[in-house]
Amino acid sequence: MPELDALDRAIVNRLQAGLPVSERPYAEVAAELETSEAVLLERLQRLLDERVLTRFGPLYDAERLGGAFALCAMAVPEARFDAVAEQVNALPEVAHNYRREHRFNMWFVLATEQPDDIERIADAVREQTGLPVYVMPKEREYHLRLKLEA
Amino acid sequence: MDMKVTRKPARWPVPAELDGDDEALIAAIQGGLPLVPEPYAEIGRRIGLDEAEVIARLRRLQAAGVIKRLGVVVRHHELGYRANAMTVWDIPDHRVDSLGACMGRFDFVTLCYRRPRRLPDWPYNLFTMIHGRDRDEVLANIARLRRECGLDGIAHEVLFSRRRFKQRGAIYHAPEGGDA
Repeated sequence: MPELDALDRAIVNRLQAGLPVSERPYAEVAAELETSEAVLLERLQRLLDERVLTRFGPLYDAERLGGAFALCAMAVPEARFDAVAEQVNALPEVAHNYRREHRFNMWFVLATEQPDDIERIADAVREQTGLPVYVMPKEREYHLRLKLEA
Repeated sequence: MDMKVTRKPARWPVPAELDGDDEALIAAIQGGLPLVPEPYAEIGRRIGLDEAEVIARLRRLQAAGVIKRLGVVVRHHELGYRANAMTVWDIPDHRVDSLGACMGRFDFVTLCYRRPRRLPDWPYNLFTMIHGRDRDEVLANIARLRRECGLDGIAHEVLFSRRRFKQRGAIYHAPEGGDA
């Protein structure tokens, strides 16, 4: 794990709340953190280079852009797991895929431009793998915390 | 066993109305914000808008909820959050809203969604994602949730992640942790 000093942590925590939309946003944040704009920009570049941050930019609500998401689960026989993972991950609509310790051992997210595409892609996975795919879209959100303390 | 499910959720959110300049702006910042002193002026130069117009449009897109946030996306693992468990609960329908709200108040619950059951194989209708520095911390947090939200007698399972196979940088509102 890369070493983060106090300023790195302060930057990560502050910018999880968002960059101001103003003419000199980095200067504003730098002033809050009692550093300079140049140092902040350099630190940000380093945090991205070291992959502490995956990206620095907008987080869109795909549904407000007209797209759709659904969490999907599969119970994949152990012997076939790697092969099925390869088939599933090859689809560009698969946003991420986690192996979990359960009979339902494969959990992935489909992200599509149109809501109708969710079932179309799930069907493609069913056909390719011969396995059931359980599609479980979000019905209600009680909470989404976008910030973790660095 | 026919697992094909064609039913859609009751309501998909209504897409926001975007014009061509909004779309150009969304495409221009998708890969990340420029790390220069005047990032919005720089974006404007790329797509032929002046800085004030870029700022006005970004504020509008934020207000409309199209952009949830403009900032950093962290890698949980690199920050020391090495364990995550999707914890799923089978809650009587009439109690989901109140118990979901209770669980969502805790700092260690990074998301809390209601989803459809897929009976008979999958009875769980509330999904919580719990990150921790290690598995013990995650389990202690779950015990605290059960105690403080009164979840005794509610069936649940804890699904620890073992491996992440694929993650593309979260451009959309799909937090890390195998959930969306």
